[in-house]
Amino acid sequence: MTAFLAVLGRELRLALRHPADALAAVLFFLLVSALFPFGVGPAPETLARLAPGALLAASLLAALLPLDRLWGAEAEDGSLDLLLLSGLHPALIALAKATGHWLTTGLPLILATPLAAAMLNLPTEAWGVAMLALGLASLILSLLGTAGAALTLGARRGGVLLPLLVLPLAIPAVIFGAAAIEATTTDSSARPMLLLLGALAALALPLAPVAAGAALRGE
Amino acid sequence: MSRGVRVLETIDLACWRGERAVFAGLDLRVRPGGATLLLGQNGAGKSSLLRVLAGLLPAAAGRITWQGQDVREDPAAHARRLRYLGHLDALKPALTVRENLAFHAALTGGAVEPALAALGLSALAELPGRMLSAGQRRRLALARLALAPAAIWLLDEPTLGLDAASVERLGALLAAHRAQGGLVIAATHLPLPLPGAEEFRL
Repeated sequence: MTAFLAVLGRELRLALRHPADALAAVLFFLLVSALFPFGVGPAPETLARLAPGALLAASLLAALLPLDRLWGAEAEDGSLDLLLLSGLHPALIALAKATGHWLTTGLPLILATPLAAAMLNLPTEAWGVAMLALGLASLILSLLGTAGAALTLGARRGGVLLPLLVLPLAIPAVIFGAAAIEATTTDSSARPMLLLLGALAALALPLAPVAAGAALRGE
Repeated sequence: MSRGVRVLETIDLACWRGERAVFAGLDLRVRPGGATLLLGQNGAGKSSLLRVLAGLLPAAAGRITWQGQDVREDPAAHARRLRYLGHLDALKPALTVRENLAFHAALTGGAVEPALAALGLSALAELPGRMLSAGQRRRLALARLALAPAAIWLLDEPTLGLDAASVERLGALLAAHRAQGGLVIAATHLPLPLPGAEEFRL
């Protein structure tokens, strides 16, 4: 437990010393959201129709940005060797890294969601559900992404391979997340969709770190 | 044969990188308090051997035993009984010297301040890692050895970039480690303060 908290704590401390990385993901998210009104025109109904899917897609792409350095930086400076020799199970190392990624990337994205939602003319009553849906979807992406980044570690052009590997797996999160937000705007209940998102997160929570740990050990 | 005795042994060990055999049929035996110097030209497989011994690289053939037992039976226990110093310093430039070492102390146990003092780093404790010179970075990596006792030290070019005073400090650490029955396997091209070390040519 001490070792797990040490890895997580170091992750957070490094993120605080380099706030630009988390900020870059948030700005990317806001800019992509801001591009939609330019592309599809400023008609409020069209935008509100697009908003749920656009929010989900933009946030997942933004959350992918810091992932390709997640293990790369550790491998390049020799820290990964020491982490693997720390006695902490590789799956728990991966879980700590995934948690760190979500806290430093997913959480800021949730906080930026109202701003992006406003630019996409999403009705204010749907903002709460949008934040919840983005939070769960980004948690799923953090978990899947940690495994994907461990698998592509050391591969040539791993940075390109990573989205190709992770984004198809994140499709269910986009579907249920967007459906949850849309349900709120059409006065039906978002609850079943959010529960399905939660189920996906609960599935990824044990499986993705185990996969990441196995990939790290095979390096 | 050596069951129960704190001996690290390799039997017919082989390592492959891709299609090329780095070494094969390697028999090595290090007793408690003993030290082995791995010698050989660049690319002879010194670093690979240290990584195989640490369990970071799989052996293509052969066995590594500790107290007569194959270390692959319990890799986590093997990882806990060894300290590996690679040629990289595993230092985060954004963290201070103390924070860098405190992270490893949380993983392996041990006290940070005495370890900093053992390598003469106390005065630099608040400096961020990016401000350190190559020799100071190496000293910070070596300070990990002073954190908590472990039976096996695997050192890859430990004195690279060190000044004479720091080599002396390392010598004191090595002597204390061996006096407690610890063993050392080091790969180097430079003279090391390891009196009575056996030489092993790869």
